Amino acid sequence: MLRYFSRRLAFAVPTLLAISLVLFVLLDLAPNDPTGQLPLTIPPEVREQIRDSLGLDDPIYVRYVKWLHQFFVNEPINLIEQAFGVEIGNSEERLRVRSWATRSPVVELIAERLPQTLWVVGLSYLIGILIALPVGVITAYKQYSWIDQLGTFVSMVGFSVPTFFTGLLAIIIFSVTLSWLPSIYDTTHEVTDLSSFWYQIKQILMPVLVLSLYNAAQLSRYMRASVLENLNQDYVRTARVKGLRERAILFFHVFRNSMLPVITMIALGVPTIFSGAIITEQVFRVNGLGQLLIVAIQGADIPLVQTLTFLFAVLIVLFNLIADILYGLVDPRIKYE
Amino acid sequence: MEQLTSTYPPRCPFWILLSCALLLWACSPSEKNPNVTKEEIVDRHLDVLYWQAPSTLNPYLSGGTKDMEAASMIIEPLAHFDENGQIVPTLAQEIPSFENGGLSEDHMSITWKLLPNVTWSDSTPFTAEDVKFTADYCMNDEMGCNALVEFQDIDEIVVIDELTVQLRFKKPKPHPFDAFVGSNNPILQKAQFENCTGLRAQECTEQNFGPIGTGPFKIVEFRANDVATYVANENYRESDKPYFQTATIKGGGDAASAARAVLATGEYDYAWNLQVEPEILTQMSQAGYGEIVTGYGSQIERLMLNFTNANSALDLDKRSVYMDGNNPHPFITDFNVRKALSLAIDRNMLVEHGYGAGGAPACNVVPAPLRFRSPNNDSCTESNVELANQLLDEAGWIRGDDGVREKDGVKLSILFQTSTNTVRQGTQALIKQMWSAIGVETELRNIDGAVFFGGDPASPDTLQKFYSDVEMYTNAFLGNDPESYLANFTCDQITSPKNDWLGTNVNRACTPEYDKIVTELSITADPQKREELAILLNDTVIQNYWLIPLIHRASLSARLYSLGGVRMNGWDSELWNVADWYRIEANVFIFKEAEVSN
Amino acid sequence: MGWLIQGSSTNSMASNVAVKQTIDYDQSMWYVTWIAFRNHKGALVGAAVLGVIVFAVLIGPFIYTVDPQYVDLSIKNQGFSADHLLGTDNLGRDLFAQLLAGGRIALAVGLSAMLLSLFFGTLIGVLAGYFRMLDGPLMRFTDLFLALPLLPLLLVIILLFRDVLRAAIGPEAGIFLLIVFVIGVTSWMQTARIVRGETLSLKEREFVKAAVSVGASNWSIVFRHILPNMLSPIMVSATLGVANAIITESTLSFLGLGFPPDFPTWGRLLFDGANFITLAPERVIWPGLAISLVVLSVNYIGDALRDAIDPRRRQLTV
Repeated sequence: MLRYFSRRLAFAVPTLLAISLVLFVLLDLAPNDPTGQLPLTIPPEVREQIRDSLGLDDPIYVRYVKWLHQFFVNEPINLIEQAFGVEIGNSEERLRVRSWATRSPVVELIAERLPQTLWVVGLSYLIGILIALPVGVITAYKQYSWIDQLGTFVSMVGFSVPTFFTGLLAIIIFSVTLSWLPSIYDTTHEVTDLSSFWYQIKQILMPVLVLSLYNAAQLSRYMRASVLENLNQDYVRTARVKGLRERAILFFHVFRNSMLPVITMIALGVPTIFSGAIITEQVFRVNGLGQLLIVAIQGADIPLVQTLTFLFAVLIVLFNLIADILYGLVDPRIKYE
Repeated sequence: MEQLTSTYPPRCPFWILLSCALLLWACSPSEKNPNVTKEEIVDRHLDVLYWQAPSTLNPYLSGGTKDMEAASMIIEPLAHFDENGQIVPTLAQEIPSFENGGLSEDHMSITWKLLPNVTWSDSTPFTAEDVKFTADYCMNDEMGCNALVEFQDIDEIVVIDELTVQLRFKKPKPHPFDAFVGSNNPILQKAQFENCTGLRAQECTEQNFGPIGTGPFKIVEFRANDVATYVANENYRESDKPYFQTATIKGGGDAASAARAVLATGEYDYAWNLQVEPEILTQMSQAGYGEIVTGYGSQIERLMLNFTNANSALDLDKRSVYMDGNNPHPFITDFNVRKALSLAIDRNMLVEHGYGAGGAPACNVVPAPLRFRSPNNDSCTESNVELANQLLDEAGWIRGDDGVREKDGVKLSILFQTSTNTVRQGTQALIKQMWSAIGVETELRNIDGAVFFGGDPASPDTLQKFYSDVEMYTNAFLGNDPESYLANFTCDQITSPKNDWLGTNVNRACTPEYDKIVTELSITADPQKREELAILLNDTVIQNYWLIPLIHRASLSARLYSLGGVRMNGWDSELWNVADWYRIEANVFIFKEAEVSN
Repeated sequence: MGWLIQGSSTNSMASNVAVKQTIDYDQSMWYVTWIAFRNHKGALVGAAVLGVIVFAVLIGPFIYTVDPQYVDLSIKNQGFSADHLLGTDNLGRDLFAQLLAGGRIALAVGLSAMLLSLFFGTLIGVLAGYFRMLDGPLMRFTDLFLALPLLPLLLVIILLFRDVLRAAIGPEAGIFLLIVFVIGVTSWMQTARIVRGETLSLKEREFVKAAVSVGASNWSIVFRHILPNMLSPIMVSATLGVANAIITESTLSFLGLGFPPDFPTWGRLLFDGANFITLAPERVIWPGLAISLVVLSVNYIGDALRDAIDPRRRQLTV
């Protein structure tokens, strides 16, 4: 197991380098341009100068190597300096990964966005799981009963109707008609006392619910499928024959075994918490990492897109590894060598 | 910042620990501003919504309108344009003229006298040195300054005394009001930006996100692409202003939801740039919280007609390339076709569908200021399908079996592209149907705005390459003088592979006569003569149907009825007079509401 | 004979007995499956609904002959009426006609993109799970695709292929192929990971080991034992895939990659109608309902298919 683990880790490094190169080439090929959002009154020559000042004139391999150096050498040094208050070399002259649209270090932008993304997307992921698991078990156990039909209908509608619509619907009902909840998420809001905590709950409620519904819809289907598979296994028959109570069978045997594939699915989904929820964040103006990425993509802010997507790739590779290990742990029949 | 150490070494246990730490960190309450809650300060607090979030507060580094406007609450130019396009002094004592000696007779210089006793928000005095520094800052070649065009003919800037600064030009400049007029080129503080010139401009995040200004507000916290928090500048030159103590500009989302947050829920005081279908805005306004405000500048939504052949079957070195008329478009070069295309369009219908109060039918390429507006083309507001059909019949374009006209094997079949935007796609559908009434078939295409407006020479879908027969977008001019804008249509500005598709003449139509008048305009100082020449140029463009103007577009925003002092401005930042904005007391607000319901 | 060796039947004596009583041994596995499918209530309902929708979008435009692209501002934003069954949009276009016209594309794109992504996902997942040699490379390849930002990828694909395809096979077929390909190629990763996981675990089960020990070829093990036993998660992926494809198509049109802007696909109708939700709610209700109905019926058909193929769950009354 340990050997497998360390081999996978060693393999991750070239993989990530390759991914970073593919990302870089892809972003370079994409036809959008950092000057695309400037007013047309800015003449073409000035646009050329702006592109020059961003370093867009260098050949692609120069830019790639620059990014690699900034990302893997300069930024870690900066973080070490900040963490320990020491100075390593000439920190004034050290080039950082800078976003083109804001000209500020990408790392700082990401740090600014993390709290709201973790709150909103993370919470909704958690709630989504908490809803999906029981719903999946019950709808599978009572397959083709009215409760199963209802669960199927709600989750299918929840998945077919995109969040731009459910989010809007929530705003129309709870903000416009009832005036209960704010339609815009205040990222500068600070929880200091009970009333500000109450406001935080109010403002986080709609985005979290909308996203939870979407997450739960998907996950509950997989859970239901998994429970259905297990309900027909021999061990269930054996348990029944032995006279175990249905409840015990369901919760001690079926649930645990059905969780195997679902746990890995949950682990594999964790990186999406960090990638944010692009549409939901836009609808409620949560302005987290998802919104940061989409604005960067629209503005062809290559350093920002490159860094964000690469960090995302790191998470994906990492959680894939975690999922594999989990799989091996919960299902001892699977052998890794 | 520590939490991001995690992103580098992909080691698993470390990561898990960090994720937990992050969650804890996110949950822990922050210690700032413990005593004031949002509710208590709401009366003196201004909430503004920009659905395109500001990405920096240094307008020289990002010429996006959103950034310029967010910065205009802090830093100011020497003069603003008012809502009628007139130049009014801001940091200057008066507008330079021949009478007050500010303009030289040979048009080689302009001298600005600065307001005395103005201080920056850090209490240091504002002087002519700051003005000179700002010009040098932007004119630095390495910097990539967005407002460079405002400074283009300047030879040098001379500080005459502490409160007098002179801009000297390389050549006679009959219209010298470019530099430091309008919110897109405000004055930066020399002391703050001194070490941020040239390439270093990029690295001065602290300065770019927090410029020290002379304006009514100063920045408290700036989160790029999210939110900007302001507090009143206690050193502002008018001691009783601004009336608001604090302000927030929140960004993100889309135009319709921004309108909703003001008009339908009353959560925000002001929302910027709401290009949304008019019936949606009308319905939202019925909630009674606020209203739509509009301001007309020089924005014209137009159809560009491609005079070169854009056929996708052509080689790339011929496609949409102007070769002295040797690669003509198969039918757009026919005057009658162009005229018929324009005659067939019912501009009032386009306004009704997509613009409402935010637009008016347009017949000129220079719609404003009034003195530059041609009176000769107003008949275009009435569509005339009959006349259009007659013109095409006479020109020999005969309807085929499928109802599409053709001549000598050439079909009147048009590929019509524009950027992605629901209003534009609606307009496309309307125009397609209007043209089908005169036997022209149209294929529609929409392109993501970042690509269409991006001008990347590698992309086939930019408005400059114009690989289609017709395209639609909005253009306008800086300031209140159309000289450089009208120079866009000269022969040497034709976009082609030779200039890397960088020209401004995208329809590739031009005549030597037109070029001559442009040159004449650039050396004419007499205001009346300038008006005549500009109108002549406008009429040449319009009456030859080089392009088809559709809509004179207004800047369109929404305000709460309880927000007073808004003077909507289509020529400058909408926040240009934010110092005068105030909260209308509750009883007045109720009165306003009653007015609406009547 | 074939179904006897099939996966689970080897380790489930009880059900074998039950099945033996009712099935004629000469009948093929697929015939039995069909009988089981036919008797499944959910399948019938699902197939009926899908059939009605397919029939409506194929035949509908010939009966309901209103031009979906005809613009008439004088009748914009209207509700139900005799002339316009479901009302009109903000350009006065007939909503019902748009739904019918858009349905063809939504169904064609939704189903074929789903099949394509299912094909890629299953192929890569099985290969990675079954052949240890391929596991690492294929899964890292999957990681790469998961990490790719969709929008720039789409922009690059438009840049590289739109005009080429347009010239090669005409504008409509070209765009259709491009869209199906793009959606298929960007949505297979989740299926691949699930399938791989299932394969890994199935590979270690007794019946597979038994098959290996009697010398069954890899090919037959995968098709007879592994694939039929992971139909559940594959069917879930399929249902979610249809919805995903229909919605993604609207994103593509939005980027200028999809069909021309005046072409009313369901995703696009839903997207354009969203802002009119308070003014004309039917503009979002109908396309939303149409998409949901298709997804629901695909879901039921998938459920039934799984039940029918799995011999333990067949309820046969031949």
